[in-house]
Amino acid sequence: MARFGRALERRLPAIVVSPLFAASLFFVYGFILWTAYISLTRSGVMPNYEFDGLSQYVRLWETPRWYVAIRNLFVFSGLFISISMAIGILLAILLDQKVRIEGVIRTIYLYPMALSFIVTGTVWKWMLNPGLGLERLMHQAGFENFSFDWLVNSHYAIYTVVIAAVWQSSGYAMALFLAGLRSVDDEVLKAAAIDGAGLWRTYTGIVLPMLRPVFLSTVIILAHLAIKSFDLVIALTGGGPGYATDMPATFMYSFAFQRSELGVAAASATMMLMTVIAIIVPYLYSELRKTSG
Amino acid sequence: MSGRNTSGIVQRRGLHHSLMRAVLFAVLGVFCIYYLIPLLVMISTSLKSLTEIREGSLISLPKEFDFSAWEKAWNSACVGVRCNGLAPYMWNSVMMTVPAVAISTILGALNGYALTKWRFRGADTIFALMLFGAFIPFQVILLPMARVLGQLGLAGTIPGLILVHTVYGLAFTTLFFRNFFIGVSSGIIQAAKVDGAGFFGIFFRLVLPMSLPAIVVTVIWQFTQIWNDFLFGVAFTIGDSNPVTVALNNVVNTSTGVKEYNVDMAAAIIAALPTLAVYVVAGAWFVRGLSAGAVKG
Repeated sequence: MARFGRALERRLPAIVVSPLFAASLFFVYGFILWTAYISLTRSGVMPNYEFDGLSQYVRLWETPRWYVAIRNLFVFSGLFISISMAIGILLAILLDQKVRIEGVIRTIYLYPMALSFIVTGTVWKWMLNPGLGLERLMHQAGFENFSFDWLVNSHYAIYTVVIAAVWQSSGYAMALFLAGLRSVDDEVLKAAAIDGAGLWRTYTGIVLPMLRPVFLSTVIILAHLAIKSFDLVIALTGGGPGYATDMPATFMYSFAFQRSELGVAAASATMMLMTVIAIIVPYLYSELRKTSG
Repeated sequence: MSGRNTSGIVQRRGLHHSLMRAVLFAVLGVFCIYYLIPLLVMISTSLKSLTEIREGSLISLPKEFDFSAWEKAWNSACVGVRCNGLAPYMWNSVMMTVPAVAISTILGALNGYALTKWRFRGADTIFALMLFGAFIPFQVILLPMARVLGQLGLAGTIPGLILVHTVYGLAFTTLFFRNFFIGVSSGIIQAAKVDGAGFFGIFFRLVLPMSLPAIVVTVIWQFTQIWNDFLFGVAFTIGDSNPVTVALNNVVNTSTGVKEYNVDMAAAIIAALPTLAVYVVAGAWFVRGLSAGAVKG
């Protein structure tokens, strides 16, 4: 009995982990396989398990709306990532100049991250609405000809998503860079100061190059946010006007739950997953190699 | 010069230096305004009457405080066809968030502890495989999840959402605790093992009490994520069981009658209040969660 107890005790960690691991295998890998398989079938309103090759992918890439979604994803990610990075780096460097009320300022910069994208979308939708929002404000300020209808203009609506997303997430980029700056050894900075390097040269020539890993992880985090963006689009533009601000995430949702075209929805979800894998897996691999052992 | 000489940039005194400081604070101040304006607009709009909104401007302060929009957002705003306000949906979100946060945090703690302090064969591989779940775009699991919830009889229910959030939160909570436990010395645990303490004994008496920081970070992270979730809420619930984010979106996009911006804004603040409150009270922990969520080892 005692021997059995000890044997059980030795196995206990594995016994605790296995159901959780099994759940993860089922809900993550099992579900991915299901979706990937459905994307290779003729499924429409109901799943159909008969293999049909790549026909759903052909249909997907023949859908003009999918191209809009892909184009929007590129436009949105490019602007969102670069503007958030620029603001994040600027604010991190400024906050690193021994600002006494840094804590307060940091709190203000970062609070949007605590909000739901739905809340962010709701408030920006109100501020950017062409009737009573920003446009009216500018008219009252004397700029009678000021016109700002991006929210309802199918060419520009995607940029309103960028505006709101940058507002929400640039503080996050700031926090990541600030943490990076704080990890730079003081000796390096003192040496630069003794060499007579100015503020600009110290940062561009010495500090920022040392932060390359932070750059990489921030870009990846923001890219990951961008690919998943769904809530903000829904709350701000509803994907419209028409489907002008559709992104892969809203496209998939719409085809899965509104149009009931499971095959196309599964194919688009699989495309999203492959994009994320292409970005995340090499990164995770290098991160895990660094920390294990 | 003692302590942290943060920037280490030579402090030149004199005019040049004061000018630079002035520019520095001006820029920092402008960005404070930039981040705060939407919040102020939200609050001030929610306190205006519709007439004042139509006649005033976006950034003007309310002439007199009118709380009727708040009252309406809470009690009688229309979410789709039902006009009971946000109150029942706030309750839904509480019922969903509290158990999901608690369960995923406890399981993550156990999992992280087992994977780091009782290293068995394959522990690293198991962790890497589970971690992947934190990064998948959830679109890829929506369809099968909807079917499984249906088969379990949990479709459109709050317990169903609790299950979903627990399952997909587990990767994050495991990651947080694993990273924390890696930094905890194994010496004491080895000593406790030699003294004959078992897996759960060490966990409850030794490990859990010292992991308070990890618990706080994880709880705050999970709370914010789950409360703010929209995708699972909109995909897996209908009508009565919607969480507050979905209800808010429905309030804003209910397109019957006059657009009541003051009610929309009051509703948005109500939905944001719990996570904002947590942020104000425990901001530092929230930031730690953000950087831990960045998968830094």
